[in-house]
Amino acid sequence: MAINYNIPEYDVLRDPQRCIACRVCERQCANEVHSFDPDSGTMKSDESKCVNCHRCVALCPTHALKIVKNPDTFRLNAYWGQNDISEIYRQAETGGMLLSSMGNPKPYPIYWDKILINASQVTNPSIDPLREPMETRTFLGKKPGAIERNPDGSIKTDSLPPQLKLEVPILFSAMSYGSISYNAHQSLARAAQELGTYYNTGEGGLHEDFYKYGPNTIVQVASGRFGVHHDYLEAGAAIEIKIGQGAKPGIGGHLTGAKITDAVSRTRMIPKGTDAISPAPHHDIYSIEDLRQLVYSLKEATEYKKPIIVKIAAVHNVAAIASGIARSGADIIAIDGFRGGTGAAPTRIRDNVGIPIELALAAVDERLRQEQIRSNVSLIVAGGIRNSADVVKAIALGADAVYIATPALIALGCHLCRTCQIGKCNWGIATQRPDLVKRLNPDIGYKRLMNLVSAWQHEIMEMMGGMGINSIEAMRGNRLMLRGVGLNEKELEILGIKHAGE
Amino acid sequence: MNRIDANGRDFRALNEEIRAAGQEILIENCMGQRYIAAGMSGVSLTIQGIPGNALGCYLNGGTIRVHGNAQDQTGDTMNSGTIVVDGSCGDATGYSMRGGKILVRGNAGYRVGIHMKAYREQQPLIVVGGETGSFLGEYQAGGTIIVLGIGSEKKAPVGNLCGTGMHGGKMFLRAEELPADLPPQVAASKATEEDMAEIDGYLEEFCAAFSMEKQSLFDRPFYVLRPNSANPYQNLYTFN
Ligand code: SF4
Ligand code: SF4
Repeated sequence: MAINYNIPEYDVLRDPQRCIACRVCERQCANEVHSFDPDSGTMKSDESKCVNCHRCVALCPTHALKIVKNPDTFRLNAYWGQNDISEIYRQAETGGMLLSSMGNPKPYPIYWDKILINASQVTNPSIDPLREPMETRTFLGKKPGAIERNPDGSIKTDSLPPQLKLEVPILFSAMSYGSISYNAHQSLARAAQELGTYYNTGEGGLHEDFYKYGPNTIVQVASGRFGVHHDYLEAGAAIEIKIGQGAKPGIGGHLTGAKITDAVSRTRMIPKGTDAISPAPHHDIYSIEDLRQLVYSLKEATEYKKPIIVKIAAVHNVAAIASGIARSGADIIAIDGFRGGTGAAPTRIRDNVGIPIELALAAVDERLRQEQIRSNVSLIVAGGIRNSADVVKAIALGADAVYIATPALIALGCHLCRTCQIGKCNWGIATQRPDLVKRLNPDIGYKRLMNLVSAWQHEIMEMMGGMGINSIEAMRGNRLMLRGVGLNEKELEILGIKHAGE
Repeated sequence: MNRIDANGRDFRALNEEIRAAGQEILIENCMGQRYIAAGMSGVSLTIQGIPGNALGCYLNGGTIRVHGNAQDQTGDTMNSGTIVVDGSCGDATGYSMRGGKILVRGNAGYRVGIHMKAYREQQPLIVVGGETGSFLGEYQAGGTIIVLGIGSEKKAPVGNLCGTGMHGGKMFLRAEELPADLPPQVAASKATEEDMAEIDGYLEEFCAAFSMEKQSLFDRPFYVLRPNSANPYQNLYTFN
């Protein structure tokens, strides 16, 4: 047998005094780490297969298990880290490109954590959200350039372009059925409906059971057009054209044939077992003019009743690209930062391509304002929102709303083990294996999502109240409410904020 | 039959008129209006003149007959229905179509049938009477593409890199010989009797649409192109 050069990343510590050999861990671990040894009557583990998803830890009835970072390392080296070495071993063994999942885990700067939020003192008093009305409702879509009135003086609303109405400025970001499970999708759909917001099908089509959530659904159209047909377009409240994704800018979607099970094949509308390939370029789009054609073909097909979203990854010249998109007829631009998650992305792309969403957002908002086309579109930002403070900062930097995906999955039980690409998610999220999928109970899942978003909503209200602001609309683009800490001149300039103390 | 004079209409107004006009419609003086019949089903449309890009995009049934040429992306993402073009078609004809038929008497541009896919009883078909440009059937995942090369002086009536990324479906080329630069994902051979029986009905339909003799097509050999694998990229990656 060939030598495996890599050492296990984690150690499985089992307290023999606590372990009762009930074999729960063995049944729970799809990675087959645990096994029962009938001779000794004890549990054994093969930690080389462990991905540190904590499923066994959470389910062990006697708390006998601990997963810890393996203290064994290659010889320490300040330049050649453990990962650098083991990735080379992996590639030398297989000749393959490295494939990872979830978002970029590298220690790049986190601008959210270098931005602080204002609060009122003495003058312009703060508002108590428990007592005073506080508006978190917002509308996404193209806004008219001027107010038009009817003969009786009332404001004309019948000619308004289509809008998405959100009770809270948080939507669930695109995750396809196929990359995540049926139960995960159902949890998102139901939570979106209850919360008065939207979830996004991703590019995998819409399962027949979920058409009923259509008024709270954004349907996606990507280059491979999986599952796209007239009823699908009609089913959604809005249509999103996926140009790019923050986790893998410049790379398309590719769901391997192994994940195209019967049910996934039905929603993607392709035969079971064939690869679903959505290449990065839409081969019909080479310019903003071509993009405009796709935007308008979708508008024509749905009779101008639905806003069209164009989603792009945050890349170097994102502001210029967004400016083009704002002129393409799109109603909403979604920008996905480099921390955005994914079911599978080449490691090198995930970790090295794209830019932070904070900078991209500030640059885009500024550019659209300068060109006086900001009201042509709404901006949704995605890729790296971790909590309600990030949401508040994003809105004050100029976003109309945020997309969340990783926080939603974490609410459903995801432990960020970052091995979605393997398809054996022990939490029933990033998998199609029926025995694993059923571990996620959508009746509980949708409530956990609702809890998360309502908790954030209350926190957002608290922060708004503290600033003396009582509506999301008044906070949007209100960069005076933000200050930077530990940022250089250039970073402050791009973010359009002052340094703390100024 | 309802007549619509397209002269001076923009695409939005024209589509609104089509939606209001009932089932049998004749459009006269068509002059480049895009997205005609987008997402519609059950209309029978005859077009005189030249429709613009994305004719019959997301089409969900019904028939469209063009007495003239069509432009780029005819039948983009169509699900069912029939589009018959008396003249030629532009690039990306039948982009990602999943069902229905596109019959083109003349030539068609680049990337014809890109992302074409099939699903259960939905088996899309594109027949091009003349030649096509490069990247025919790029990423083809299902369905049938037939290129007849009628009047073509080339040995194979297609451009470069036919079938790049193909992982499903079939292509039939009526050709003296196979294109020289077929990518490795494609396995090609002379069509067998069985293969020909499979497309006999399609050829019949094409010839009937343009009043041609089916027999006249058999003076040249047919080649059939299939993908080597339904999972062309499975060995590309290693889990990290
Ligand atoms: S992979 Fe998960 S379930 Fe399996 S041993 Fe490791 S932590 Fe436990
Ligand atoms: S979704 Fe599942 S596999 Fe992916 S990171 Fe979360 S727990 Fe791990």
